[in-house]
Amino acid sequence: MNIPEELRYTTDHEWLSRDGDIVTVGITDHAQSELSDIVFVELPGVGQAVGSGDNVAVVESVKAASDIYAPVGGVVVEINTEAESDPSIINSDPYGGGWIFKLRMEDESEIDDLLDADAYEGLIS
Amino acid sequence: MSAAGPDLRSSPLEECHRELGGKMVDFAGWSMPVRYRSILEEHRAVRNAAGVFDISHMGQFFVSGEEAASWLNGLLTNDAEGLAPGEGQYTLLCNEQGGVIDDLILYRLGEEEFFMVVNAARTAEDFRWLDGRRSVEVMIEDRSDGMAGLAVQGRQAPEVYSRVTGGRTLPQRNHVEEVSIEGQGVLVCRTGYTGEDGFELFCPAEAGAHWFRAMIEGGATPCGLGARDTLRLEVCYPLNGADLSSRHTPLEAGLGFAVDLGGADFVGRAKLAKQKEEGVTRRLAAIRCVEPGPPVRSGCKVLDAAGREAGVLTSGTLSPSLKVGIGLAYLPVETAKSGTELQIEVRGRRIPAEVVKKPFYKRR
Repeated sequence: MNIPEELRYTTDHEWLSRDGDIVTVGITDHAQSELSDIVFVELPGVGQAVGSGDNVAVVESVKAASDIYAPVGGVVVEINTEAESDPSIINSDPYGGGWIFKLRMEDESEIDDLLDADAYEGLIS
Repeated sequence: MSAAGPDLRSSPLEECHRELGGKMVDFAGWSMPVRYRSILEEHRAVRNAAGVFDISHMGQFFVSGEEAASWLNGLLTNDAEGLAPGEGQYTLLCNEQGGVIDDLILYRLGEEEFFMVVNAARTAEDFRWLDGRRSVEVMIEDRSDGMAGLAVQGRQAPEVYSRVTGGRTLPQRNHVEEVSIEGQGVLVCRTGYTGEDGFELFCPAEAGAHWFRAMIEGGATPCGLGARDTLRLEVCYPLNGADLSSRHTPLEAGLGFAVDLGGADFVGRAKLAKQKEEGVTRRLAAIRCVEPGPPVRSGCKVLDAAGREAGVLTSGTLSPSLKVGIGLAYLPVETAKSGTELQIEVRGRRIPAEVVKKPFYKRR
């Protein structure tokens, strides 16, 4: 199972990468593998303000719908419309082309509450 | 203990599912694979080539005796007596109100011998119903526990069969053959639940894994119940427990072709004849979303164009072939007309949809 070292993770199987105060969020390789066959993704609106833990997006497979939560609070600045038109990219490239949304972080310290790669690996094994 | 839980029944093909990395789930109290790799891939394999499914969880009954045909005619909706030896038919078991207990395939093995394949969720109930109405001259046996079953579906199914059997051809459509392959006796039926050509094979439980592996070697892709559901729904085959239930009659479900009202009396016939005369008030309609959107699922509300509730989906999915949401729902007859504009409610969103002629997908 692929768990990139440089990312942070949530207990709900989202990953987060950081560039200044902009964070990119997606779902992990473990999550896409469990879901399989992602056929639909519902993205938030650009400009939407979200709090840490808010239900921000939905990823759906043939069999199930999975809620995606904001790992940190902030304002949505970009959404992945490519994933919207071809949801299977979340399965094939969960950490790259399968990113879901980007936020401008409100409170940087919220990142400290997230899991590192080792902790996430411990969670899923 | 089976892979999906301690209280679930294991299929005789369980070891194959483990070997192939099947994702096991609870289906009707059985531990069964919902997929191996991907529902979409498995669906496509059946539509384009051939797939093999474990159907060992289904029930297999054998009925024999001088009066077998007429006895079955008194309990099933279709004309059992009209079957020639080797022939099979889709038929239904109804209660006195004409409601559906189960839908099944009945095969005539001989003048006085019949073979029935019933749904996994209803095996015990069906047997109790039939056995409780047995007449002295008829024997009925539930051989489900000792049998395994598999379905090979897709345009390459005849080729797969030929490879596995050293050159044999399948029986004709809807027919059954008792065949000896490599010295082992199996029942081969040219039927299926996917809308493609194919066959179902039934054998002793101990031989199931062998035949399953042979079909894979012969070119069939292993497929799980997830693909089985998307395939059958694309061709509008109903699922008992979802689209069919004791609260609806076969006529409301659009299965009048399997109901012989002009022949022998059977349990439920009077109610069905009356309903046919008066006309049904609701019909199981095929509903297709007009634009891409979230998958629609069983339980989603169906609204008319004005936003009033017209029904609820009894089945729903994203069609892998059509790439839009499809579903079935009982609607008032006026609403169930092809072309009627509807909306399907999914998590607060209303997806535009319409009633279409069945099936959603026509085999290429």
